Amino acid sequence: MEFFRIRKDIPFMRHALVFNVISLITFLAAVFFLATKGLHFSIEFTGGTLLEVSYTQAPDLERIRKALEADGFADPQVQNFGSSRDVLIRVPLTKNTESAKVGERVIESLQKVPGGTQSAGAGDTATSAANTPTLKRVEFVGPQVGKELAEDGALALLLVIIGIVVYLAFRFEWRFAVSAIIANLHDVIIILGVFALFQWEFSLPVLAAVLAVLGYSVNESVIVFDRVRETFKKKRGLTTPQVLDHAITSTISRTIITHGCTQAMATSMLVFGGAALHYFAMALTIGILFGIYSSVLVASPLVMWMGVSREQFVKAKKDKAEGVTEDGACV
Amino acid sequence: MNRYPLWKNVTVVIALMLGLLYTLPNFFGEVPAVQVSSVKATIKIEPRLLSRIEDVLKSAAVAHNGLYADQNSIRVRLADTDTQLKAKDAIEKALNPDPTDASYSVALNLLSASPKWLSDMHALPMYLGLDLRGGVHFLLQVDMKGAITKRLDSTAADLRSLMRDKNVRHAGINREGQNIAIKFREAELREKAKAVLADNQPDLLLVEAQDGADLKLVATLKPEAHKRIQEFAIKQNITTLHNRINELGVAEPVIQQQGADRIVVQLPGVQDTAKAKDILGRTATLEVRMVDDEASDNPATMELAAKGQPPLGTDYYVERGGRGLLVKKQVVLTGERLTDAQPGFDNQTHEPAVHLTLDSAGARIFKDVTRESVGKRMAILLIEKGKGEVVTAPVIRTEIGGGRVQISGRMSTVEANDVALLLRAGSLAAPMDIIEERTIGPSLGADNIAKGFNSTKWGFIAIAVFMSAYYLLFGLVSVLALSANLLFLVALLSLLQATLTLPGIAAIALTLGMAIDANVLINERVREELRSGSSPQASITAGYERAWATILDSNVTTLIAGVALLIFGSGPVRGFAVVHCLGILTSIFSSVVVSRGLINLIYGRRRKLDKLSIGQLWKPGAESAAAGAAE
Repeated sequence: MEFFRIRKDIPFMRHALVFNVISLITFLAAVFFLATKGLHFSIEFTGGTLLEVSYTQAPDLERIRKALEADGFADPQVQNFGSSRDVLIRVPLTKNTESAKVGERVIESLQKVPGGTQSAGAGDTATSAANTPTLKRVEFVGPQVGKELAEDGALALLLVIIGIVVYLAFRFEWRFAVSAIIANLHDVIIILGVFALFQWEFSLPVLAAVLAVLGYSVNESVIVFDRVRETFKKKRGLTTPQVLDHAITSTISRTIITHGCTQAMATSMLVFGGAALHYFAMALTIGILFGIYSSVLVASPLVMWMGVSREQFVKAKKDKAEGVTEDGACV
Repeated sequence: MNRYPLWKNVTVVIALMLGLLYTLPNFFGEVPAVQVSSVKATIKIEPRLLSRIEDVLKSAAVAHNGLYADQNSIRVRLADTDTQLKAKDAIEKALNPDPTDASYSVALNLLSASPKWLSDMHALPMYLGLDLRGGVHFLLQVDMKGAITKRLDSTAADLRSLMRDKNVRHAGINREGQNIAIKFREAELREKAKAVLADNQPDLLLVEAQDGADLKLVATLKPEAHKRIQEFAIKQNITTLHNRINELGVAEPVIQQQGADRIVVQLPGVQDTAKAKDILGRTATLEVRMVDDEASDNPATMELAAKGQPPLGTDYYVERGGRGLLVKKQVVLTGERLTDAQPGFDNQTHEPAVHLTLDSAGARIFKDVTRESVGKRMAILLIEKGKGEVVTAPVIRTEIGGGRVQISGRMSTVEANDVALLLRAGSLAAPMDIIEERTIGPSLGADNIAKGFNSTKWGFIAIAVFMSAYYLLFGLVSVLALSANLLFLVALLSLLQATLTLPGIAAIALTLGMAIDANVLINERVREELRSGSSPQASITAGYERAWATILDSNVTTLIAGVALLIFGSGPVRGFAVVHCLGILTSIFSSVVVSRGLINLIYGRRRKLDKLSIGQLWKPGAESAAAGAAE
C-alpha cells in the first residue's frame, strides 16, 4: 500500500496568504469566544464541591435541584454524567458555610428527596424508596488550591514555551523557533476557544492534554524544519518557497500517518474512556487535527515571511570547520 | 550488512527480560489477606507477633499462604474470602481479648498474588491511585502562623519566669503580632536582660527600641528557628495523623508532606468520609493527676476497684506494668500546658528519660503541686477515645520548678522514645484545615480501570492493524517495538511504584499513540531510500540513521512539555506527567534500538537481499507495480 502518490512538490506556499488568513480568522474567533463566554472551569480551579451519585432509576434532575435550593445551596448545578442514572452535582464555594462539610449536607438533602423520580402520586414513596442515591465520588476543593492550580498551569505553559523556543533556537534558528511556537500557541488558543464556545468543562486533565498536544505539535514543525534544513543544504538553486514546498511534500505521508495513529488512540479514548476521559480526549482530538494544519501550513509561511534563506544554514556550517563535507563528515 | 555488536543484542535481550519480569506481578491479580497493625504507639509490631499469629491460625485450623511482616504491619495471605473472614475473627479474638480496648487493628485487605520470589525481587504490581481503587483523599493545610503564634505565646511565658529567676525587673512582656515586646524602666536592666536572654534563648533575635518613655526590647524568632518550628509542626502533625489513622485499620494509608505546609492523606478503601474526618480532627489529650496512694495500697479496695467499683473521687487504671492504680479525678495539668516532649537520659543516673517542657502557667502549677506532694505519686495519663491510659506514675522526689519535668525510671530507650512520641502525638502542633477532599467509590474505581484499559487496548489494536497492513513486515516490527515500549513502561511504573491514576492510563495510551511516530519516521525514510535507488541493506542503515536526529528532536520538545507538567502539575496532572515522561524515554529506546535489533535479526545476515517487506513502493514516473524491488 502506498497512500501518497505525489508526483511533484505541492505548491503549498503559493497559498500561504490564504492559510494565514484562515488561521487569523479562527484565532480571532477563538479569542472572541474566550473573551465573551469564558472557560467553564472545573471545581479544581474554582473551588467548590462536586458529587457524583448514582440512582437505580433515572431521577428527575429538576426535583433534585429544587431540593438542594430549598436546603440553602445557592446555584447548584445538577446534570447527568455518562448515563441517565448517574448524576453530577456541583455546589459552588460559599463564604459562610464550613466548606468541608458541604458534601455531607448535600447527601442529607438528597436523601430527603429519595429518588426524585418522575412518578407522582400515592405510589411515589414506594417506588422512590428503592431509588435512593448511592455516592460514587465526592470532591471538595478549597479556594486557595484553585488559585494555585491556575497559577501553576500558567507557569507550566510559560515554561513549555520558553523551553521549546530555546531548544529550537539552539538546534535550528530563531526564525524557526519563533514561528513554531506562534503556530502552536495558536493551536492552544483554538482548543481553548472551542472549549469556551461549547462551554465544555475545562479540568486539570484537559490542561494536561493541551500542554501535551503543544509539545506534540511542535514535533510536527520540527520534522518539517528538519527537512527544510536538509533541503537547503543538499539542493542548490531552489527558492525558499520551493524548498518549503519540497520539505512539506516529502514529509506529508509521515505527518498524516502519525497523526492518524495518535488520533486512533484519542478516538479510542473518546469511545471507550467514558465520561471521565471525554474532555481529555476531546482536547486531544482538536489539538491533533489543528496541529497538522498549523504546524505545517502556518509555521512554514511564517518562516518564509521572516525571511529564512539558504545562507543561514550553509554559511554557519562553513564557519565551523574547514574541510567538512556536505554530509557533515570530516576527513 | 546490518548487524548489532553482541553487547547491543545482549542489552536489548536483558532489557526485555527485565521488562517482562517487572511487568509480571501485574498479571497475578490480588488475593484476600488480613492485615494486623498496632493501634497504640507503645506497641510495636515485632517478629514475636508473627509467630504468635501463626500459632493462632494453626490452633484455629485456618490454612494460610504465607505471612509477611513489614515495619508497620503483618499481613497474612489467604486462599479465599471465607478463610479471610475466619482468619480475621481468630486473630481478632486472640490479639484483642478486650474488644473495648483494642491494641491491634485487624483489617481485611488485598495482597498481590504474585509468587514470593517476585515480591522478594521488589517486583510488585503497579501502585494504583485512589481514582482506580476507591478511597478518600484529603489535602490538609497546616496553619503555620498558628504554630508560630503558639510558640511565641509559650516563649513569652518562658521569658517571664526566666526574668523572675534571674531577678531582672521588667515592666511587662507581651506578644505583639509575630514579636515579643519586653518593656523596661531602666537602660541598665535592659542590658542585663539582653545578656540573660542571649544565654538562655538562642532562638531569639533581640532589637532595642524606644516606645515613648519606655525602653523596649523586641524579640523575634530567628529565621532558622522559624524554619525549625515549621518543620517540627508538620512532622508532629504527620505523626499525630499516623497514630490516628492506624486506628481506622486502613490497609495502606499514605500520609505525606506536600510543599512546605501541606499534608496529603490518602485512605484507600475507606468510604466513610465523615468518620475519617472525625478521626483526623480528634485530639488526644494528656492529663496529670495525683495517685491516691493510700487507696492504692489497700488490697481490698483495689480488688473492688478492679471489678469496676473504685472509691469515690478516684478512677481505676492499669499501669503499663500491669499493676492497678487508683488516680484522683481532679486534674492537675492538661496537655495544653505541654510544649514539648523529648526522649533523653537522666543527668545523674544515665537512665533513659523523657524530658517534658511546660509553658509558664503549667510550670507554676507544677511547681506548687510538687512542693506540696513530695513523696507522693503522680500519674501521667493519655486520654484517647475518651479512655485514659497511665503512661507513667513516678514518685515525686523534690519540688520541680522551671517547667522542665523529667520522667524516668524503669524505662528502656525505646520506651522513652515511645512515651515522648506519645505525649507529643497527643495533640496537633498547629491547627489544620481540609482544603481538598475527594472520595471515590470502589465501583467507580474498577470502572475507571476498565475504561482506561479498553481505550488503550482498542487504540493499540487499531494502530497495530494499520501499521502491519501498510508497512507489512516493517510494520509488524514497529508493532512489536511498540509492545516492547508498553512492556518497559509498565515495568518501570511497577518498579518505581509510581502512582497510576486514570490520567496516567490516558497518558499510556497517548504516549503509545505518539511513540509510533518514531517508527513511521524510520519506515518512511527507509522507503524513501529505496525509492531513490539505494540497496536494501544500505536503505535500512540510512533510514535508521537519518531518522534518528529527527526522532531525538521531536522527542525533546515533547519531553519539555512533559517536564513542565511534572514540575508544576499536582494531583491528576502529575500522574499524567510521570507516565508521559517515562513513556517518552522508553519509546526512544524501543522504537529505535529494539526495532533495529529485530530488523537486523531478520535482514541483517542476508548477503543477497533484493527486497524488503515494507509495503508497496510507488515511484513517480514508473507506474509499474513491481516497484517494490530495488534495483
